[in-house]
Amino acid sequence: MSTELPVLKPADFASDQDVRWCPGCGDYSILAQMKKVLAETGKTRENTVFISGIGCSSRFPYYMNTYGMHSIHGRAPAFATGLKSTRPELDVWVITGDGDALSIGGNHFMHILRRNLDVNIILFNNAIYGLTKGQYSPTSKVGTVTKSTPRGSIDHPLNPISVAIAAEASFVARSIDTNIKHLVKTMIRASEHKGTSFIEVYQNCNVFNDGTWDYAKNKATKEEATLVLEHGKPMVFAKGTKGIRLNGFMPEVVDLEKVAQDDLLFHDEKADNSQLAFLLSRMRYPEFPEPIGVFRAVERPSYDQMINQQVTDARADKGDGDLAKLFGAGDTWSVK
Amino acid sequence: MISATDQFPPTSKPSESVSGVTVRLAGDSGDGMQLLGTQLTNTSALSGNDVATFPDFPAEIRAPRGTRAGVSGFQVQFSAEEIFTPGDGLDALVCMNPAALITNLGDLKKTGILIVNSDSFEAKDLKLAKLDENPLEDGTIEPYRTIKVAMTSMTRGAVEPTGLSVKLADRCKNFFAMGLVFWLYGRDVEPTLRFIDKKFSSKPEIAEANRLALKAGWHYGETTEDFASTYSVPAAELSPGTYRNVMGNQALAWGLITAAKISNKELFLGSYPITPASDILHELSKHKNFGVRTFQAEDEIAAVCSAVGAAFGGSMAITTSSGPGIALKGEGIGLGLILELPMIVIDVQRGGPSTGLPTKTEQSDLMMTMYGRNGDSPLPVIAARSPSDCFDVAIEAWRVASKFMVPVIIMSDGYIANGAEPWKIPDPSKFEKIEISHPDKPNDGDNFLPYKRDENLARPWALPGTPELMHRVGGLEKQDGTGNVSYDPDNHQHMVETRGKKVDLVAEFVDPAKVEGSSSGTLVISWGGTYGACHTAIKTCNAEGINVGHVHLRWLNPFPRNLGEIIKQYDKVLVPELNMGQLGSILRQKYLVDAKGLNKIKGKPFQVNEIVDGIKAIAK
Repeated sequence: MSTELPVLKPADFASDQDVRWCPGCGDYSILAQMKKVLAETGKTRENTVFISGIGCSSRFPYYMNTYGMHSIHGRAPAFATGLKSTRPELDVWVITGDGDALSIGGNHFMHILRRNLDVNIILFNNAIYGLTKGQYSPTSKVGTVTKSTPRGSIDHPLNPISVAIAAEASFVARSIDTNIKHLVKTMIRASEHKGTSFIEVYQNCNVFNDGTWDYAKNKATKEEATLVLEHGKPMVFAKGTKGIRLNGFMPEVVDLEKVAQDDLLFHDEKADNSQLAFLLSRMRYPEFPEPIGVFRAVERPSYDQMINQQVTDARADKGDGDLAKLFGAGDTWSVK
Repeated sequence: MISATDQFPPTSKPSESVSGVTVRLAGDSGDGMQLLGTQLTNTSALSGNDVATFPDFPAEIRAPRGTRAGVSGFQVQFSAEEIFTPGDGLDALVCMNPAALITNLGDLKKTGILIVNSDSFEAKDLKLAKLDENPLEDGTIEPYRTIKVAMTSMTRGAVEPTGLSVKLADRCKNFFAMGLVFWLYGRDVEPTLRFIDKKFSSKPEIAEANRLALKAGWHYGETTEDFASTYSVPAAELSPGTYRNVMGNQALAWGLITAAKISNKELFLGSYPITPASDILHELSKHKNFGVRTFQAEDEIAAVCSAVGAAFGGSMAITTSSGPGIALKGEGIGLGLILELPMIVIDVQRGGPSTGLPTKTEQSDLMMTMYGRNGDSPLPVIAARSPSDCFDVAIEAWRVASKFMVPVIIMSDGYIANGAEPWKIPDPSKFEKIEISHPDKPNDGDNFLPYKRDENLARPWALPGTPELMHRVGGLEKQDGTGNVSYDPDNHQHMVETRGKKVDLVAEFVDPAKVEGSSSGTLVISWGGTYGACHTAIKTCNAEGINVGHVHLRWLNPFPRNLGEIIKQYDKVLVPELNMGQLGSILRQKYLVDAKGLNKIKGKPFQVNEIVDGIKAIAK
């Protein structure tokens, strides 16, 4: 007789709520891939929790038949910290967007990464504020014309990968909403990582910022515009015709007909220091191909593990808390 | 170690027995006045006196030396009777420098004793205190019995055998002052000797110097002809039991730990350091063996949000702060409210608005805790009335939060937080358990309805990890029962009203208000840390034959179910508050009563006589 637990299918992770994103939104693909990832990695519905902030992407938890919290703008990492610190056995995912994570929630984003709480963060980057109907975001390019910036935006954008690396993230990756196989693979890697894993997903907002990532998605340009990172492999792109070589401290694009593969930069996602990952994060199209895949994946104790270890240690050292001992410690006196 | 009785012989001078004494120790913020005050308090409590304290220190860690801004004070009343305040007028004032003298002298009774360190009244000291004349010579101190003591030079002389540098020797002069004060009031030095041993165990030469300074101060009192007699304060008649001193923030932390223990919960605190609330974080972080997890968040908002996250996971979740932090937490508290999760939010109030007066006390956050969130968002609000009461308030708050599935706000203030009083140690086995249950199966056929309510309108606290109870919560309005997002107009009205009703129901669960004093005439309604001053004032007035009763509110939201009836019995209502009249406004609005305010916004607690005068002005 088989004692195997029933295996959940992607559809088992769908809630009974209608999905209300605009037709054609990149969020649909990320939602679909998430269900696949949970099914493939053998996750249970009851031990999975999605926590989001505010924005289009943040409606995500309502569509998953797991536990979930649609919290307040920018603060999802803080809710996740309270939950995961007290319930480390749960599989916690934070769903956020470019405005949610990098603007109103910039502080929490930075701190969850440095603490290395064992959760997975997916940032849906569409470089626009969709839910408030089209203002520029902290990842919009300078000059973006929106309702709030009729003469073009003037603030310099943030690069989410660079920010994450600077904030001491232990796992940093990038993928693309329509690159289904790559997205699934990257999410599985994130899920397996102990510590905070961060994925920036290039996500298309077909209503307010349509086509912003086209260069990385279109057949015509994507081979030139993206570079798939693989640990221990030389950095090759454009169907094997070009590579990235280091020239002093700077990367440069080289023609593989003229340069041997051995002279290229090799990817090392496990490097102790984050210089290589940071250098890769600065590569932007069209000067360079934009790397996708895992920039950095290093081991570091997680916050939830350590906060619980301190409790375990304190109990081992001092015994389980005894109220009478607590109250009676120090000077006391009796009144007869 | 020196044997106390040999080295600190009891006085041979006559001793006058008095029922109570109020002493203030004032000096530079580096002079160790808080330490001296704490020792005097502990020692007095150990000798059986009732005690109440009022530490008062500058917001700056080390304000410029010798300036008025840098004056740090510690007031303690110790008494043979039950007392409720640190006292009004001072029986004794110890001043370590001119700045301390000039800023504190006004509170000394005309019959009081002024003890000054006469070594610190040089021209440079006067200049730092912005004084043109020496107050010891220009008549300022004339009305008072002044004892000038060359504390600095005598301390240097006393500690000379230890070979300490002059700089270090001078730091012992608070122990000299302590020795003198202890001698004057016949205090036991044993606890302080123990304290010195423990505190300076790794610096034996400093420990020895402090012991020598303490002894020199004691002997100075015995030798000098300035003191013809000493004073003694007999033990107070407190109810039988074992006592200890507690400070408000400490009692609050212990109450929280106790509440977690008796509800079989692990405690999670999300907090960001802020004066005067940080000591709750410090205290809780010491007790991890009680299953306490403390998270020092990146900001106030993350602190409250982490608490909501922990509450979702099933912990007893807490966030602590003061006014500026509570302002930042508003949206997070609102989410806790709409998620209908139990948690505790603590506001240790300080002077506002904005950064205000961080180290001073005030009661000006009441409106904010009652109404300071977007939407119609009432929450239960409970206020502690004294340092030891913080313990009981913490437990009661968690009882309500977990029963009604609602965040509860606890109000304390700087005066309570840093004040100390004796606390009768409770027997942990006698606490009534707080029963909390989490569902483990669907509650509607095969479905789980996360917002299906019980008789208290509380929803089930279903925890992540429970099979078949998967559900999503969020800040969007939810359909009652299913918890699904709902924009239905009728449902929204129903939900807003239901959340309000739930808070009203708390009034049926908690104790009704009790009246102390007269049952007609004038009614004094107070809340929070003004209890002691109001209680003492009403006793004083009643003794003088004035018809005045007193209701002290523990719950501010909801009000006690009998408050309206009580108010009707009186002709006049007086509401003393350390704010512009916040409770007064709410009472006027709710009960249509012509409540008069007695308002003080000076960063200081009420004195008893201020309340007495306020009562007399309207009670006529």
